[in-house]
Amino acid sequence: MSTTRLIEFRDALREGMSEEMRRDPSVFLMGEEVAQYQGAYKVSRGMLQEFGPQRVIDTPISESGFAGLGIGAAMMGLRPIIEFMSWSFSLVAADQILNNAPKMLYMSGGQFKVPIVYRGNNGAGGQLGSTHSWSVESMYANVPGLKIAIPFDPYDAKGLIKTAIRDDNPVFFLESERLLSVKGDVPEAEYLIPLGQATVRRTGSDCTIVSFGRPLYFCMEAAETLASDGIDCEVIDGRTIRPLDIETIVRSVCKTNCCVVVDQSWPFASIAAEVAAQVHERCFDDLDHHVVRVHSDDVPPAYAYNLEQEMLPNARKICEAVRTVTYNA
Amino acid sequence: MPVRTVLSTNIEYISILDEHGAFDAKLGKDLISDEDVVKLYEHMIVCRRFDEIAFKLQRSGRMGTYPENRGQEAASLGAVYALRKDDWLVPCYRENPGLFWRGLPMEYILLHWMGDERGNQIPDGLYMTPQAIPIGTQMLHAVGLAWAGKYRGEDRIACTFFGDGATSEGDCHEALNFAANLDLPVVFVCQNNGWAISVPAKIQCSAPTIAQRGLAYGMECVQCDGNDIFAMVKVVRDAAELARRSHRPTFIEAVTYRLGDHTTADDARRYRDSAEVEMWKKRDPLIRLRKYLVDRNQWDNEKEQILQADAKEQVAAAVKRAEEIAAPSTTDMFDFLYAQLPDQLRIQRATLRTASLGQDPSQLEGGIEASRQQGIEETVSEPGLP
Repeated sequence: MSTTRLIEFRDALREGMSEEMRRDPSVFLMGEEVAQYQGAYKVSRGMLQEFGPQRVIDTPISESGFAGLGIGAAMMGLRPIIEFMSWSFSLVAADQILNNAPKMLYMSGGQFKVPIVYRGNNGAGGQLGSTHSWSVESMYANVPGLKIAIPFDPYDAKGLIKTAIRDDNPVFFLESERLLSVKGDVPEAEYLIPLGQATVRRTGSDCTIVSFGRPLYFCMEAAETLASDGIDCEVIDGRTIRPLDIETIVRSVCKTNCCVVVDQSWPFASIAAEVAAQVHERCFDDLDHHVVRVHSDDVPPAYAYNLEQEMLPNARKICEAVRTVTYNA
Repeated sequence: MPVRTVLSTNIEYISILDEHGAFDAKLGKDLISDEDVVKLYEHMIVCRRFDEIAFKLQRSGRMGTYPENRGQEAASLGAVYALRKDDWLVPCYRENPGLFWRGLPMEYILLHWMGDERGNQIPDGLYMTPQAIPIGTQMLHAVGLAWAGKYRGEDRIACTFFGDGATSEGDCHEALNFAANLDLPVVFVCQNNGWAISVPAKIQCSAPTIAQRGLAYGMECVQCDGNDIFAMVKVVRDAAELARRSHRPTFIEAVTYRLGDHTTADDARRYRDSAEVEMWKKRDPLIRLRKYLVDRNQWDNEKEQILQADAKEQVAAAVKRAEEIAAPSTTDMFDFLYAQLPDQLRIQRATLRTASLGQDPSQLEGGIEASRQQGIEETVSEPGLP
């Protein structure tokens, strides 16, 4: 039996990266403040000391620069982990991460793989103001050629980052600053979580709730509230957006006949819109109500605490959505 | 506090074989063997012929778009000649002479501009990346390749090509900054051909030289006559040596001129003064190199005639090869997007129906598991031209 320890999300990420760096000398970590400062959010604490400045590299404030440098290094067979302090800052590197990394293999007719991980904090909730609170998943998931993982807890953070590093494709790894201090059980022994395999966070029979990353905590909170009203929710953590494990979702919806999708990005052309569309395609005859989506409100993330909490896809909105689809409103 | 000068500098301009055929014997000594000068000249003639034919292919509807290289042959050719065969070439799209010299078969470039991705499947061992069509993005890839080479302890360097217009892009500046700050062996070759489509170079850069952009990032920089193959060989050889020896980058501004249009979709007569074009025609890199050879009794009309006929034949053969390659299969568009075909694409590849209808696995005989077990070898075409 493998023993587990209770560790923080950030430590699980670091363990995952460090294990892969010990295992494979072609893996390195690059980004702003990842080395000397030990990471803007202390995710890379101790890594410079262990791996040295050749493999843990501080960069200038130059996102397009290190995003593109990583592509070149990956084309030569290295496996870069590129940290964006925030995914909000990846916007200035869009040409590299969207127009180059996911297309290089395709445009070279299979010649140049780009096994790269771009990772960092994504999503609002920390009063960082609207320019620093982007949820990029819906916008970026539209692009073919990349994968997107969005871990829920320390266990998944470690298992998914290790798989992402070993993957031969560009993987966008979306962490949440709000979750970095969350603690969870993580085994001592090595494990990997495949990309494209959803998991059921809570089993239930009345309504399927699908979400990814931090909003799953709102879903679990809502499920508890609804349970006390006799509504039994099944909460599915998609884990990865690309590839999307639609089969697990379909199986659940066929059982519950109701579906709510919770997505921290904006409603228009979103992940939840895609999941809803696929559920309608696959479960049309099983649904008792059309799928309802819960999003962040269609406004820039607010700076004020109360407004920001209100704009998020919070438990209040989720409860209302579930009551609607189960005709308990 | 007294005012003091914290930096004063100068930027050199290197010219060895000028437009009149005058040769600086001191600077040019032992730079290129006589035998190789002939080969380089012959290669430039073939490339000129390639340009003419590619242009005609486009005009007759046999090719989509084509950016002529005419007038700029010396720049990329001299650079590639000066490099080692395993140094990385990271080109944009006006470096055909250099790429062909390295060994890229001509039909690859034709195929690419005919709209076939397979033209970018660079054969193994050529150490070049696909032509980069976005502006300036490839410079960062060159920095990454150099970084990876240094990381692995290899002594190969990266040489990237870009135009004067690309030096206005943020990626250019980030690439220069990284290469200098991380001590990376990169040779940046800016082909300043005077025009970014219709935008003159003076709108890209108010400074007297583009070369000095390198200076701002703390690297060596030099300007040279980009139509002078000797000057190109010298500056790139010096830069490559510095890169290999000290992991220091160099910024080279090769001053040249785009004698043709930006691409076949452009008509430069609408915005360029014909007198300027006529002046640059006299500075054509081929004219001066031929004069150099004739002056040394290494070339004559007879050889020229034989070469022209041979060039015509070589290019015609390449066109034939390119046009004989069958159009890619429809399912090819799903291949090479990911290293392994994801399930949803696997199903859509099999059904060729719109995503909304074509991704339900119940449509697959034997289901998704059976399809997966067929293995990637069977469902994804192999890289390389047929």
